[in-house]
Amino acid sequence: MNRTSRLITSILAFGYAFLYVPLILVVVYSFNDSRIATVWGGFSTRWYGELLRNDQVLDAAFLSFRVAFMSASMATILGTMAGLALARFSRFRGRTLFSGMITSPMVMPEVITGLSLLLLFVSLQQLTGWPGQRGFSTITIAHTTFAMAYVAVIVQSRLSSMDESLEEAAMDLGGRPLRVVFDITLPLIAPAMVAGWLLAFTLSLDDLVIASFVSGPGSSTLPMYIFSKVKLGVSPDINALATLIILFVSAGVLIAWLVARRARRVA
Amino acid sequence: MEHRQEQSSKATGARKDFIRIRNVSKHFGDFVAVDDVNLDIGKGELFSILGGSGCGKTTLLRMLAGFEIPTAGTIEIDGHDVTNLPPYERPVNMMFQSYAVFPHMNVEKNIAYGLVKDGINKDEIAKRVDAMLELVQLGDFRRRKPAQLSGGQRQRVALARALIKKPKVLLLDEPLAALDKKLREHTQFELMNIQYELGITFVVVTHDQEEAMTLSSRIAVMDKGRFRQVGTPKEVYEFPENRFVAGFIGTINTFRGRVTAINEETISVHSDELGLSLPALGKHAVEIGQEVDIAVRPEKIFLDRDRPTNDEDTILQGVVDDLGYLGNRSLYRIRLPGGRIIQASSQNRRRSVTRFLEWEDKVWVSWRPRSAVVLID
Repeated sequence: MNRTSRLITSILAFGYAFLYVPLILVVVYSFNDSRIATVWGGFSTRWYGELLRNDQVLDAAFLSFRVAFMSASMATILGTMAGLALARFSRFRGRTLFSGMITSPMVMPEVITGLSLLLLFVSLQQLTGWPGQRGFSTITIAHTTFAMAYVAVIVQSRLSSMDESLEEAAMDLGGRPLRVVFDITLPLIAPAMVAGWLLAFTLSLDDLVIASFVSGPGSSTLPMYIFSKVKLGVSPDINALATLIILFVSAGVLIAWLVARRARRVA
Repeated sequence: MEHRQEQSSKATGARKDFIRIRNVSKHFGDFVAVDDVNLDIGKGELFSILGGSGCGKTTLLRMLAGFEIPTAGTIEIDGHDVTNLPPYERPVNMMFQSYAVFPHMNVEKNIAYGLVKDGINKDEIAKRVDAMLELVQLGDFRRRKPAQLSGGQRQRVALARALIKKPKVLLLDEPLAALDKKLREHTQFELMNIQYELGITFVVVTHDQEEAMTLSSRIAVMDKGRFRQVGTPKEVYEFPENRFVAGFIGTINTFRGRVTAINEETISVHSDELGLSLPALGKHAVEIGQEVDIAVRPEKIFLDRDRPTNDEDTILQGVVDDLGYLGNRSLYRIRLPGGRIIQASSQNRRRSVTRFLEWEDKVWVSWRPRSAVVLID
C-alpha cells in the first residue's frame, strides 16, 4: 500500500467514524447495566424490558407510528398527483413556478414550517371551531404537507425518465386516459411511490420541530418524548429506545433503496 | 366499432383516397410544423413520408394517430372524418419509434392489450394472439418480459401489438431506425411481406431515403411543413421536381444555365460555367432565357479514357481529383477545366487489383441527354 492510498483510507475511516461513532455509542450504551448512562456497568438488556413497561413511551411510539403511517399514505397520494401533473401536463401556465413551489417545503426551515402551520391551525380553530384539540390530526396534516414534496419529486423524476409513448401506445390501442393511468402509469411508477412512502414514513418518524409546534397537550410523538426526557438528563432506557428507532429507520431506508434499485432494473 | 368499420371498408372496396388529408396545418405557438398540406393515400398502399428532422413528418403522423389535433383542415379515413377523434376511437394503430413495449407485461399481454381494451372475449383473444405470435415468429417468447428480448424482437412485439386490432391504417414512426444495418435490411422485407399479406394501409415516417425507396409504393418528400414532391420511388429519384428533392434523395450534380432552345422532347440550356450547351429532358414548362438548373446523377455519368463518339451526348474533359473504392462500386470526383468538381460513380464489374483510373488521370466525362433533368425551383 503506498502513501496516497493510506492517506485516502484514513480520511475515509475518519469520515465514517464521524458519522457513525455517535450512533454506535448509543447502541452500545443501550446494553449498559448501569443506571448512570455514561458509566459502563456491564452488559444487560434490562432497559429494553423497562421500555416495554413504560406506558408513556408506548403511547408516544403508538402515536408516532399512527401519524407516520397516515401522513406517509396521504403524502403519497397527493405527491403522486402533483408529480403526475408536473411531469405529464407539460404545457400549462405557471408550470415552472409550481414545480419550484413544490420543492420549497424541502428547503424551508422547519421552525418556519411549524410556526406557519400552528398559526393556520389556530386561526382555523377560531373561524370554524376545528381543530378543537391539536394532536394526531394536526401533526398528520403538518407531516403530510412537507413529506408530500419529497414524494412529488421522486415520482416526477421517475416519470420524466419514463418513455411518454408508453402511455400514448396504450391510448392508441384503445385505452381511455383514466384506464391508461391504472394500466400503464401507476404500475410503472409504483416503485417510486413505495420509495416515496417509505421516505415520508421515516421523515415523519424523525420529526421533532414541526410536531412540537402543532401538537397539543397530552399528545407527544416519540422524538418529542425523547427530547423532553433528555432535558432532564440522559437515562439508559432512552438509549434503548434510540437503538430501536435506529434499527427501524435503517430498515426503512434499506427497503426503500432495494425497491428503487429493482425499479431501475425493470425500466 | 371495429366490425362496423370492417364492413364499410368492404363495401367501398379499394379506393384511391382511403386517407384524405385536406388543408391540414399544425401550429405550435408561432412555429408552423405542418403548413396547409393536402394528400390522398390509397387503400393498401405502403406510403412513406420522407424528410429531415423538424420537417413536420412526425407531427403529421401524430395527427393521423390522434395525438395532435390539426390547427386547421380535415383528415378523413375511409370516408369518415376523424379530425377531432381521440386516439382510442380511431381505426388506426401506431408503431412507435421507441417501440413503447409495456415493460411490466410479457409478450403475450402486450400483444393482447388492444383486444382486452375492446372487451373481446377470452377465446377470441387467445386465438388472435396465437396467430400474431406466429406471424412475427415470437411463439417461443410469449412469456418473456420485454427486458429479456433483443431490439429486433421488441420491434416485432410492437408490430404484432399494433396489427392485432386489424387497423385500417398502420402508422410506423421510423420503424427501422433503432436496428443495426443487417437486421434493418431483413426487417424491411419482412415488413413489406406482412403488409402485402394483410393488405393494411401502411404510412411510414422516415428520415432514411434508402428505407423509403425500398419500402414504399409512393413517397412524399417533406420540407418545412410542406410536401415538395409526391410520387413513386422512381419518379422521385429519376424525375425530381425541384432542387430540394433532387438534393435530398441521393447525390446529384447541378449546373446553372439559361434556356436557349425548346424542342419537342428536349430543351437546350447554355451554361456559362462550362461554356457549352447542355441538352436535357424537358418535363417542365420553361421559357427561352429562363434561368434553370441541369441535374445529373453520378451513376448516369460515363467515364472513358478515349473520347466518346456519340455526338448527342454531353461530353466534357476532366481530371480525377479524388476516388473512393466501396467494394461494389467506386466513387470519383472529377475536376472540370473551370475548377468545378462533379461526382461520378461506376459499378466494379471486373475483378481487378489495379485501378481503372488513378489520381490526376485525364478522363472523358459524358452523359446522355435523357439522363439530365431540368430543375426550375
